[in-house]
Amino acid sequence: MTALLTFQDVAKSFTLHLRGGIVLPVVGDVSLAVEPGECVVLGGPSGAGKSSLLKMAYGNYRCDGGAILVRDGDSVVDVVRADPRVVLALRARVIAYVSQFLRVIPRVSALDVVEAAGRAGGLEAETARGRARDLLARLNLPERLWSLPPATFSGGEQQRVNIARGLIADRPLLLLDEPTASLDAQNRAVVAELVREKLAAGAGVLGIFHDSEMRDAVASRVVDVTRFAPQARAA
Amino acid sequence: MTTPLLSAHGLTKAYGNRPACAGIDLDVTEGEVLAIVGESGSGKSTLLSLLAGELAPDSGAVRYRMRDGQTRDLAELGPAALRRLMRTDWGFVRQDARQGLRMAVSAGGNVGERLMGMGERHYGRIRGQALDWLGRVEIDSGRVDDPPSQFSGGMRQRLQIARNLVTGPRLVLMDEPTSGLDVSVQARLLDLIRRLSAELGLAVIIVTHDLAVARLLSHRIAVMRAGRVIETGLTDRVLDDPEHAYTQLLVASVLAA
Repeated sequence: MTALLTFQDVAKSFTLHLRGGIVLPVVGDVSLAVEPGECVVLGGPSGAGKSSLLKMAYGNYRCDGGAILVRDGDSVVDVVRADPRVVLALRARVIAYVSQFLRVIPRVSALDVVEAAGRAGGLEAETARGRARDLLARLNLPERLWSLPPATFSGGEQQRVNIARGLIADRPLLLLDEPTASLDAQNRAVVAELVREKLAAGAGVLGIFHDSEMRDAVASRVVDVTRFAPQARAA
Repeated sequence: MTTPLLSAHGLTKAYGNRPACAGIDLDVTEGEVLAIVGESGSGKSTLLSLLAGELAPDSGAVRYRMRDGQTRDLAELGPAALRRLMRTDWGFVRQDARQGLRMAVSAGGNVGERLMGMGERHYGRIRGQALDWLGRVEIDSGRVDDPPSQFSGGMRQRLQIARNLVTGPRLVLMDEPTSGLDVSVQARLLDLIRRLSAELGLAVIIVTHDLAVARLLSHRIAVMRAGRVIETGLTDRVLDDPEHAYTQLLVASVLAA
């Protein structure tokens, strides 16, 4: 069985043209894999490149070299080299990404935001509606907020909308970047339960969780990102 | 992968010896929004005019997959066939509504005119469709007989959208459709464009200098500078991890709200 996600010798640096072209190496020689049902947690200090790895897997950041292979049914796509349309199709069907921030769309209600994410992920309208309601209820978002655009919500409320949006469809690969950072203990427990359900259904997770309780609740293993620290290179 | 709906190859146009567009390649297909961004004078609007066949390129070609499935070079279509294409299968939403609307004709007439251009003659059906589209762009049906000269800037842009979409086009070109509008009016218009383009599966090419507009609406982005596309790709990748020095400058110049 092929892994859901495989990093092969991936390297990433930023070249800051506005700062005289200095090169900031982020990671090098990254190799890791996420199997179905497995939750791989990225560990290491802030600035070690954990979020960058998730963004590279989502196609949001470029890579300098290597390959990031994502299994899409019977085929495998290299996100590093794939055409933008192929990456967008992968995001619709295969990869869910939950960041710490909800990028809100003006005038669209919380329920519609979540439902639309379900539709984009291939659910029928009715299923998407039902699941959106279930998820928001499980995440304890007060029902009176469902019909309002999330722009005015608190950070924790927005984040629960964001989580519901990321988890509503049946995408097999989840990239979770501190999804519980702004949540209280009760809601963190709900998210841990939701993630465990996804894992039980065969999804794979690559995640960042600073909260040790959350990490212990879901992690299959922890990969220390400092081992991918790039050697100092001549610029 | 299927043939793109519209593709441009090596599009080049100079005004005197100043190149406005130099060797532009791009393509767009149904259900996809392509944003073209860059500063004033980067050649964005010239590019849109070339794509629309309003300007003839010095070299290069624009190819379009017609409704019969045949892909044709626009330059070979002839002016009459090109006009018919523009009136039916294409829309063009202008920055200045006065260029996209007839200001002295009623709102209903503005929408109905495109239907009449397709051969519709039944007054009741034309009015019915015009009312339906005014509703879809959130213009009160009580305003159907008022001319757009009496409308606000945001309403005029929404009326332009209704006028363009009533014929069921597959491709819509937009030139800075939200600039000059108040922020709240802009948000409403952006939401409308986002929703309609997704619902109708439109191919959209939108020219904007506003990176936030590009991020909200587009799937892919092309960054222009001095007549050239200097960087292109997934919108969020280009905006979050820009490769080219000029794109980094553009992204770094945006004021965060």
